[in-house]
Amino acid sequence: MRRMISQSVIRIWAMALRHYYLIRGSWPRIVELIYWPTLQMALWGFITLFFQNHSSWVAQATGILISAVLLWDVMFRGQISLFLSFLEEIWSRNLGHLFVTPLRTGELILALLFVSLIRTFIGVGGAALLAILFFDVSVFDLGLPLASFFVNLIIMGWSLGLIVSALVLRFGQGAESLGWAAIFLVQPISGVYYPISVLPQWLQPLATLMPSTHIFDGMRTILIDGVFRIDLLINASALNVLFVSISIAIFYSILKHAKINGQLLQLGE
Amino acid sequence: MSKTIINVCRLTKKFGNVNAVNDISFDVGQGATVGLLGGNGAGKTTTLGMLLGLLLPSSGAIKIFGEDMVNNRHRVLPWMNFSSPYVDLPHRLTVRENLTVYGHLYGLPKVQERVKALAHDFNLTSFLDRPAGKLSAGQKTRVALAKALINEPRLLLLDEPTASMDPDTADIIREYLENYRRNRNATIILASHNMAEVERLCDNLLILKSGEIIERGAPKELINHSGKDTLEEVFLDIVRSPTTSNKPNR
Repeated sequence: MRRMISQSVIRIWAMALRHYYLIRGSWPRIVELIYWPTLQMALWGFITLFFQNHSSWVAQATGILISAVLLWDVMFRGQISLFLSFLEEIWSRNLGHLFVTPLRTGELILALLFVSLIRTFIGVGGAALLAILFFDVSVFDLGLPLASFFVNLIIMGWSLGLIVSALVLRFGQGAESLGWAAIFLVQPISGVYYPISVLPQWLQPLATLMPSTHIFDGMRTILIDGVFRIDLLINASALNVLFVSISIAIFYSILKHAKINGQLLQLGE
Repeated sequence: MSKTIINVCRLTKKFGNVNAVNDISFDVGQGATVGLLGGNGAGKTTTLGMLLGLLLPSSGAIKIFGEDMVNNRHRVLPWMNFSSPYVDLPHRLTVRENLTVYGHLYGLPKVQERVKALAHDFNLTSFLDRPAGKLSAGQKTRVALAKALINEPRLLLLDEPTASMDPDTADIIREYLENYRRNRNATIILASHNMAEVERLCDNLLILKSGEIIERGAPKELINHSGKDTLEEVFLDIVRSPTTSNKPNR
């Protein structure tokens, strides 16, 4: 059993190494890691500065927008990093080789998650440090709950990433644009920058089904009222269990479909 | 009688109403090299895909090293590998990086030593640190073969192993494969359109047409049986003849 786990870890490590080699040899990919989180942070930082001088409400809640941007980026990075790593295998037509190695589907998924975690740490971590430097706003002021927010948001990002990756496997590269856009469908109903009470009545039940909604609510509660609401964290975690289970089931099901229809078999003749 | 490495029983693959592979059965013994021949669309690639577990059969069974390939493929995948000029390696990774990643995926203890040995055997040293996407077609084929041998497989599935190679390099590769099979008692399945290559390397041939095995036997046996002079003539005669459905396997 220990040997099996150790071999499994080696295979996951091999896949992570594959993406390290890829990023190391490509400066646009290195820049991309930190470019968007930093740009978003700077944009919303300046918007916050403007509001501070023009709105008493926002002035009381200094840092909400920047914290929201950084936390949103955890989810965004989580999803896009996983999706991008999977796309790299599609673009290089490498899936056929990978699936005839001892690498198991679960190990491939774990490798994608690991690479995504590292990329998210680098991207969002860098932007969080710059936010302290430029705007004197530290997302780390959220304290210990920040870790639980991070975990929940990245897990939701991974769930979406797995689903859109599966869609590309099922429908081909034509579904790529869906992969890029999917997360922005979730953003308006996640209450990232505002409480979901501002949404139309009919949309609010849908919004409460998003794990992210409870996380951003929790973030605002800490920053505005100084209170950590465990019930919101429990809601988010429970919904995430559901999201992850569904996304893994979809991924496995579409992979099986690909094996039936020969989508992994791009050997040509 | 050598140990059976591959046992294919009544294998069928349908895509919609099309029978890509139709009720084929064959065994391959240890140390044998078996050629899969057939025109485009004959079912060679589909058969290889099912042997590798990349494609699920519609019906029938495949056992490799005694394991069912649909349910237990991960038990035997460490002993297998394949090469095809039609499946790429990541373009942006160098040859060394690609071989290193695959070495780790197969759990090799000394990956860099194996990479070095393969680089020597396949003459890759001069472009070992070049991105795989910047290689010539012949170089890519050599790298794909090196990848296929990274885990010193006991069963090797090769699709057009010498495609795009100059005659000299192709000859060296064929000699390498002959030695590899002899020294390791390895089993090789070879899909190729190169009749000279097939004749040189293969002990037995399976000729496919419209998803069915319509001829099988040793190359010389097929030539003698058909009354033709060369294997190429035999092949052309078979693939150009009208399709014979449900022809019993000899």
